Amino acid sequence: MSATLNHVGLPRDAYKGAATTLCAGCGHNSITNHMVKALYELGVEPHLLAKMSGIGCSSKTPAYFVETAHGFNGVHGRMPALTTGAHLANRQLIMLGVSGDGDTASIGLGQFMHMIRRNVDCTYIIEDNGTYGLTKGQFSATADLGSMQKKGAVNTFQPIDPCAVALALGCSFVARSFSGDGKQVVPLIKAAIAHRGTAILDIISPCVTFNDHDGSTKSYSWVKDHEESIADVSFIPFFEEVHVDYEPGTVRDVRLHDGSHIMLKKLGQDHDPTDRQAAIRVIEEARAEGHLVTGLLYVNTDMADFASTEHIPNRPLKDFGEEDLRLTRDDFARFMSEFA
Amino acid sequence: MTEPIVNDLTIQAATVNGSGSQTANLVLTRAIFHMGIPVAPKNVFPSNIEGLPTWYQLRITPEGHMARSDKVDILVAYNVATWREDLTTVRQGGVVIHEEAFSTADGRSDVTYYGVPFAKLAKSKIQSDTLRKQLANMIYVGVVAGVLGIPWEALEHGVRRQFLSKPKAVQVNLDAIKVGFDYWQDNFSKQDPYRLEPMTGVVEGKVLVEGNQAAALGALMGGVTVVAWYPITPSSSLCEYLIAYAERFRADPQNGVKRISVVQAEDELAAVGMAIGAGWAGARAMTSTSGPGISLMAEFSGLAYYAEVPVVIFDIQRIGPSTGLPTRTSQADLGFVYTLSHGDTKHMVLLPGTVEECYELARDAFDYADRFQTPVFVLSDLDLGMNLWMTPEFKYPEKSFDRGKVLTKDDLEKLAGEWARYRDVDGDGVTYRTLPGTDHPAAGYFTRGSGHDEMARYTEGADAYARNMDRLARKLETARHSLPAPIADENGASVGLIAFGSTHAAVVEARETLSAQGKSVDYMRVRALPLSDQVARFVSRHERVYVVEQNRDGQLYDLIRLALPPELVDRLRSIRHYNGQPIPAAAITEPLMQQEAVPA
Repeated sequence: MSATLNHVGLPRDAYKGAATTLCAGCGHNSITNHMVKALYELGVEPHLLAKMSGIGCSSKTPAYFVETAHGFNGVHGRMPALTTGAHLANRQLIMLGVSGDGDTASIGLGQFMHMIRRNVDCTYIIEDNGTYGLTKGQFSATADLGSMQKKGAVNTFQPIDPCAVALALGCSFVARSFSGDGKQVVPLIKAAIAHRGTAILDIISPCVTFNDHDGSTKSYSWVKDHEESIADVSFIPFFEEVHVDYEPGTVRDVRLHDGSHIMLKKLGQDHDPTDRQAAIRVIEEARAEGHLVTGLLYVNTDMADFASTEHIPNRPLKDFGEEDLRLTRDDFARFMSEFA
Repeated sequence: MTEPIVNDLTIQAATVNGSGSQTANLVLTRAIFHMGIPVAPKNVFPSNIEGLPTWYQLRITPEGHMARSDKVDILVAYNVATWREDLTTVRQGGVVIHEEAFSTADGRSDVTYYGVPFAKLAKSKIQSDTLRKQLANMIYVGVVAGVLGIPWEALEHGVRRQFLSKPKAVQVNLDAIKVGFDYWQDNFSKQDPYRLEPMTGVVEGKVLVEGNQAAALGALMGGVTVVAWYPITPSSSLCEYLIAYAERFRADPQNGVKRISVVQAEDELAAVGMAIGAGWAGARAMTSTSGPGISLMAEFSGLAYYAEVPVVIFDIQRIGPSTGLPTRTSQADLGFVYTLSHGDTKHMVLLPGTVEECYELARDAFDYADRFQTPVFVLSDLDLGMNLWMTPEFKYPEKSFDRGKVLTKDDLEKLAGEWARYRDVDGDGVTYRTLPGTDHPAAGYFTRGSGHDEMARYTEGADAYARNMDRLARKLETARHSLPAPIADENGASVGLIAFGSTHAAVVEARETLSAQGKSVDYMRVRALPLSDQVARFVSRHERVYVVEQNRDGQLYDLIRLALPPELVDRLRSIRHYNGQPIPAAAITEPLMQQEAVPA
């Protein structure tokens, strides 16, 4: 039997990458699988995908999906700058950044914040495990106050919550999820890609080797016990019809720039994902109660993205030649004469 | 009165920063240039917005010498804070035009004083309260015009040219100049020998351009489409000119869409990172900075070198170490930039020596970056970048862009997808790349700053690593023969000079001075790193070769010594100037004559 093809005619295998070199059971590997599923189902054309990353375990993962796409594994904490530049050179590309908690919340915090400030059209995934895996288990800046290292050292600092920072900066798309919750991660990745602007997706992704023990708040068991999803997320791409079979008043429908929809089905309290102050409150309350709140926290589809505010053409800047870029002979001569 | 001194003098205006004095200085410069007289202005300004002393030196020579003079003929003393010290800089027999209120008691008796009540004149004759402070400086232009005999027509031209984009300002400025001009006519008779007379034959076809203007125009003509920068003196004006020129020449008047993006980044790390991201995705991209910014760009420069991403990086050098003297000039980044970043990184560096070369090398840097898929640094400096220089008009480029070895979808189809990102097919060390967005299943590859093989796959393999590093060295060897060659001027002298960058102006003048003293010297100006083989050959043709540069440690001297065969090393001498002021010719002739007088 032949493989099922997506709407651009590609099988799921076309979205696979090289074999992972991360530890067996690493949360990042699950996210890689979610990525393959999301990109396949969305029908992203591999040649239009640009996989960007910094340095760390998380930043290796772009090699593990869509092998035929271009990727750029840059320097530590500087993925946003490379992504911004590549996007300006060719705004037809789908920019997909993968970072970690060290890469984002420590060395790269400045670039993370400024990318949000500019609202560069990209998906920014943080594979967040609260620890430095490659250098063998030091705390990262997202580790919770009082959480422990494997050998017992206690973290004495407040965590930096990437979602709270993003919300404070007015980021146009903020979501949190858990690597073990594919039902939530996959639609959120799709929605983040469909969103025009910087989409921050903080995915708690346990480090099985250094941070999956009893004193950790980023372990599989802790997250399973404390995760509180604010709404069931489903994503309907622009090329599919919307079927609403929910009870009226139980579902919120957010329409994205490309005609896709995010459908959010209420669970418990009714969170309005277009209310930024409510999103900040939800995070603060969950933190006070010792829960991990997941789901789409905030989305703003009205904010202009960077390429629009820069007034660059839709045609990629990389494609312009000397006839478009040089002064004409007449303009040049006139301009030179002004220096006399 | 002594013999008249015509068109050969240096004016130094000592004023207060932020008072609008620079506009007055430029009007004077343009007026004199309009008379057909060569001008060489140097602005010595503080790292300050308002209040600190600033000096503007306007050197005038019939030959058109462009280097700084170390002698002041005419002092315009507007700043009481530096008055006493400024007075000591004037040469014997010189002229001092000063605010009348400054005391000349116990002053020098070997100069001519013209005391002018500048403050009183400004108060009584300039009507606009809001513009008085700015216009007050124009009064001195009128006085200098009176002293030197600058015709009114030239002053009118100077003002109109200076206020090209603000024609409304022309009349008020001319009125202020008239105040000084009339005051001179009514109150003084000429007591000094200096005068200016219209000239022909030297400035025809020449224009006055700042190096940063030239580089901005060069970048535009070179096809830059992504610029990311962070403000820093003395580099900022390059990007600001680019913004202005892009607004004029790259914007669609219908809808405001621009065929360029200029991003003010959050710091220099992000600035160079954005440029590298854009270069990777196929745009012609650049950043511009100065010393402290270059230090921050070290990490990303290594990535672009090793991952082989084209990008152009301008370094408008200022004095270091650290913050140094932010508004003083230097050539002390040469060695650092050449190997910027850790671990066997080595870059291609272009060294413009004139504003015309700031234009040409800025333009061509994008071709070199694309052809060699690597960062190309353009090393200018504050003197070259921020001062006006007399230059022939720039030439329109006749060559098309060289976008280097980029495989398209069609190329990949012809190759049946058989290509490897880092395989040296042509033997020149330069491999083929594809751009993101190329619609072919074989186009994609994974760019990384970690170890990689020919297929761009991660590897820690010893052989693969060494093979790749050897190829990168081969690429640099190819570049050695392709980058701008040194320019030599030889007449069979036994002594040679080697210099680079803005030192050129002082070398040209020093050679004339030496020649007049019967000591003719040959000259080679280096224009790129890695060094051309021609440098060693030049040394081999001379008994002694002086390497002249504006840094403490003789950085070019060191690089040349390393490149020479052992038997030639002893022929090299070093002349260094590093006080932040642009090098004057005397800083070359004096040490050279001293060393030449002593048998080697």
